[in-house]
Amino acid sequence: MTQTPDYTLSELMIVAAAEAFRGDGETFVTGIGTLPRIAAGLARLTFEPGLMMTDGEAYLTEDPVPLGVTAEEVPGFSGWMPYNRVFATLWRGERHAMVTPVQVDQWAQTNISCLGDFDKPKVQMLGVRGFPGNSIYHKNSMLIPAHSKRVFVEGEVDIVSSVGYSDKYWPDGMRRPEIRIGRVVTDLCVMDFNGPDHTARVISLHPGVEFDTVQEATGFPLIAEDGLGETPAPTQKQLDIIARLDPHDLRSKAVKGNPPGQRQAA
Amino acid sequence: MDKRTDLQGAIGTLRDGMTIGIGGWGPRRKPMALIREILRSDLKDLHIVCYGGPEVGMLCAAGKVSKITYGFVSLDRIPLEPWFRKAREAATVKVNELDEGMFLLGLRAAAEGVPFAPTYAGMGTSVPQINPYLKTVTSPYDPQDILLAMPAIPLDVALIHVSRADPLGNTQTEGPDPFFDDLFARAAKQTIVSAEEIVERMDLSHSDSANKSLFHRGLVKTVVPAPLGAHPTTAHGNYGWDMEHLKTYGATAGDAEAWESYFKTYIADGEEAYQAALGGAETIRQIPIPVF
Repeated sequence: MTQTPDYTLSELMIVAAAEAFRGDGETFVTGIGTLPRIAAGLARLTFEPGLMMTDGEAYLTEDPVPLGVTAEEVPGFSGWMPYNRVFATLWRGERHAMVTPVQVDQWAQTNISCLGDFDKPKVQMLGVRGFPGNSIYHKNSMLIPAHSKRVFVEGEVDIVSSVGYSDKYWPDGMRRPEIRIGRVVTDLCVMDFNGPDHTARVISLHPGVEFDTVQEATGFPLIAEDGLGETPAPTQKQLDIIARLDPHDLRSKAVKGNPPGQRQAA
Repeated sequence: MDKRTDLQGAIGTLRDGMTIGIGGWGPRRKPMALIREILRSDLKDLHIVCYGGPEVGMLCAAGKVSKITYGFVSLDRIPLEPWFRKAREAATVKVNELDEGMFLLGLRAAAEGVPFAPTYAGMGTSVPQINPYLKTVTSPYDPQDILLAMPAIPLDVALIHVSRADPLGNTQTEGPDPFFDDLFARAAKQTIVSAEEIVERMDLSHSDSANKSLFHRGLVKTVVPAPLGAHPTTAHGNYGWDMEHLKTYGATAGDAEAWESYFKTYIADGEEAYQAALGGAETIRQIPIPVF
């Protein structure tokens, strides 16, 4: 017996990811990738009208730019945010990025640089890009489309590209900056690193997902938030806005197989 | 005063082992005609400094590079640059892999003539380990403020693509983002610009857009006429990146013969032959600038 889903898993994840930006006010937000970008737009249009966003190139827009539109369909620009200003803004801490690292560890450290030994990598990826600076200066959330031990690794990530809660890399006597890790939205659950001593913590499970399933797919111990509940389903209003922000349904390609949001419990 | 020369004349002034900064950002506004001329030359052991795009991979494919200093190397829609990846995984090049902001600060320190720039970027990560030459500095005002001392990145030469230039070396650059072309020019002993268009006198034809000049002409040593000289990367105001061609190039990372064949088909016979192999100048000019 199959049930016709009224929303997809990617739409559930977008709504959960939008919550990462709640309370941000007049922050410059950067959603990198399909789902984070739609999520930032959804937050901007529903509960955080102060968020600043760009067209993906160099201009600020007050109407989030839908994905895959033509040049004629791009809304007007309200400001200028070339990379020079992106750095100026992020160095002030006034940015919140949502990123998809290749590896994440129990200290919330991430890796996008390479896999294996740095001097002769098994797989060269992007390099550390802006992750070191972003993570020490401003808040970062994550969206992980395929929750597994390959992403949430045992031990430490291969190359620490963004700072986390490990003590390992700080010089003695240095005043530690405040590290701000926001939400981690995956295809199984929503997590954060706000357990005791910044332990990774599951804060909601997607419909039909058991805590044990999440734990088995994670290379480090997780704790469950007290009264662990289900990730809230999208409302029709949210689904309408998502469809408007993503008219070509690119979100259907963001999670493998584009499963429904309400999975049958195993 | 006339700073114009051709591609051969400009690249002929470079020497083995030089540190060469390259303007632009990923697959945007790269001085590819100058890069192709380097590919045709005997130059070797180059130290390439950039926010990298296809120029990095091509120079690696041709064995021109001994070291790369970068904030990233990516073709955007093709996130992992294929030849760069291959060179890294074979460990045939040395690298300074930096945070994008540290890279900016290193160029800026060189531009300002100071030995380093203090920053928190890189602290608390693997960056100091993978770049063991990096050191920290303690604030003279508060000993608990320990920062990374990003060393200056002085350049022997900067290669920068501009929208238009005149024989005096005045330049203008179209596009939504200046990126850090100004820092490359200021960090370098000399700058070579390749230009989509040469105008006789900037003040006579483009006075109204003088604020599109990213650096003054005193920094420009050489002006090279290079229409379509950014292809296959975006030249704002002219044409978009050519993702199909970048895929064709990227596919050559499979084996050395494929690169040889790419080199013969597109690069060996000069820029006119390059444009002809791509279907002609008009075809290239029609490639739209992507919307995100």
